[in-house]
Amino acid sequence: MTAAARALRAPFARVPELPGAAFLLALLAAGFALAHPEFLSARNLSNIALQCAALIIVSLGMTLVILTEGIDLSAGAVLGLCGVVMGLLLASHGSLPVAIGAAVLIGVVAGCCNGALVAYAGMPPFIVTLGVYGIAQSLAMVLTQGNSVTGLPPAVRWFNEGDLAGVPVPILAMVALFALTWVLLYRTRFGRYVFAIGGNRRALELAGVRVRAWLVAVYAFAGLLAALASFIMTARMNAAHPTIAIGLEFDAIAAVILGGTSFEKGNGGIWGTLVGALAVAVLRNGLNLVGLSTEWQVAVVGLVIVSAVALDALRNRA
Amino acid sequence: MIAAVQRMPAEVLFVVFTRTAFLAALVVLLAIVSPHFLTTDNMVIVLRQAALQFLMASGLTLVVLTGGIDLSIGAVLGLGACLGAGFIASGSVLMGVAAALGAGLACGLVNGALVAYVGIPAFIATYGMLWVAHGLGYVFMKGEVIHGFPAAFRTLGAGFVGAIPVPVLIGAGILIVLHVVLHLTRFGRALYAIGGNAVAAKLSGMPTKRFLVTVYALSGVLAAFAGLVVIARVNAADSGTGEELLLTAIAAVCLGGTSLFGGAGGVVGTAIGSLILALVVNGMNMLSIATFWQAFAMGVIVILAVLADVSFKRRMQ
Repeated sequence: MTAAARALRAPFARVPELPGAAFLLALLAAGFALAHPEFLSARNLSNIALQCAALIIVSLGMTLVILTEGIDLSAGAVLGLCGVVMGLLLASHGSLPVAIGAAVLIGVVAGCCNGALVAYAGMPPFIVTLGVYGIAQSLAMVLTQGNSVTGLPPAVRWFNEGDLAGVPVPILAMVALFALTWVLLYRTRFGRYVFAIGGNRRALELAGVRVRAWLVAVYAFAGLLAALASFIMTARMNAAHPTIAIGLEFDAIAAVILGGTSFEKGNGGIWGTLVGALAVAVLRNGLNLVGLSTEWQVAVVGLVIVSAVALDALRNRA
Repeated sequence: MIAAVQRMPAEVLFVVFTRTAFLAALVVLLAIVSPHFLTTDNMVIVLRQAALQFLMASGLTLVVLTGGIDLSIGAVLGLGACLGAGFIASGSVLMGVAAALGAGLACGLVNGALVAYVGIPAFIATYGMLWVAHGLGYVFMKGEVIHGFPAAFRTLGAGFVGAIPVPVLIGAGILIVLHVVLHLTRFGRALYAIGGNAVAAKLSGMPTKRFLVTVYALSGVLAAFAGLVVIARVNAADSGTGEELLLTAIAAVCLGGTSLFGGAGGVVGTAIGSLILALVVNGMNMLSIATFWQAFAMGVIVILAVLADVSFKRRMQ
């Protein structure tokens, strides 16, 4: 291969051997395209892109966490809390930078709590993040009395409706954060340690790497991404609601697993997650389009995702 | 091996000591704070609440003993409650009970098969089932609330035998049965073995996969049964029933000292954990703390309980 060709290939060198998500995405896209003429329209496709921006951002953090053999069940609740805090500060005439700073701080602090309890205390990740889920959800409800925070200044809507050089802000944010995560994961020490922690944590510790501190950084990064995603979701609803993202962590976990990242041995990466998140977003969008009621959607999405994960597990075992 | 055996008593002692101290401190504190706390009426409320939580947490305890987890129990409880309510309100109590328990069994069997035979991590399989069961309950109810059940059915949750609430009797019965099963049957001992070392359990000839499916099925059935008791108690059901109970059930198991890594613990601990949580909720109600804070308390309790046990175990090593 020539140097030029190699340079051109480099960013895609990490594209994994087609994960299960690719087949699911193709199947869903073909199915919905046949079922509904609107599905492939430019308007609907841009809708899907806008809708999956927040999911992809959260899924990026989830990928890193899962690569370290962890899990983050608190992502949706933390996202909700970040949105609520930002909304309350803005509704009481706080400045936008302060509100954004506070939300980011909460996301990072929640992530650090998760990380510290997992890394330093040695607690199982799902129990830590389930506890933090309860705490964050409860705080969001207490702060809002369970109601939506409305009356946000128009400036907030920029996070969803604004554009830079014609590219919508959510898409831009998603691409930028994907690029950032790509660089962190494949071009820095941080990224190599993420894979190594999942691959052989003990060896890394023996090599003198401060594994615990890096693990905290992984969860903190996931918390930061949840906070950033909360801006987009709050802007889309033009209101902050404490339960806005409950269940988003399920979509994110599904996106990661469908994307071929496994809970063992640090296998996987963010290209697969991108395809996985698209598959989940297409599934939700398509079900809406063909007019399946929201009641059925919850069950069908759960069913499709569990089946896909089960098929993937069987395929990998074979 | 010998070291492990010698280490065990210290861990058990630690759990027993910390939990007893917590329970005693809670009782003394609540008795000081509220003169109403030590009345018979309030004790009945606390015990009934504890029994409801224990019903759900008891099946989960067995799952956790094998080193697994069942995150679907809150949603399965809700699905059981919805299906049961639908049939019972239209006059057929027997059909309602059968539908609820059947749904719980089906969910549990699928969970078990996914974990044991397909090899999906337990928290993923059961987390997916959470959304499937929740969605099905939602489909069945279409956002409505079903209320008003026949008095005979309501006895299950709101009745008394003498001065003792029926749910407390049911909870006590299940506690005794499960305790005996865990300690005196091959199946029960196998659960500890699977949690302690799944490979060794399999190599020593135990039908580990079949036992795992049984455990998840049991967890599903007990959760659905808890759903029936809940709707009999509150006389109403909607698709959100049970949603907040998952965290409480996990808190009860952790507080009870059952190790999340499997292989150690039991249902007696979970019963005590349920009692502590019922006291916490009761205390919060008596101090008129908003119910929104309850999830906060459960989250903190889960984390602190596991943190204490994990830290103690580390110090012992």
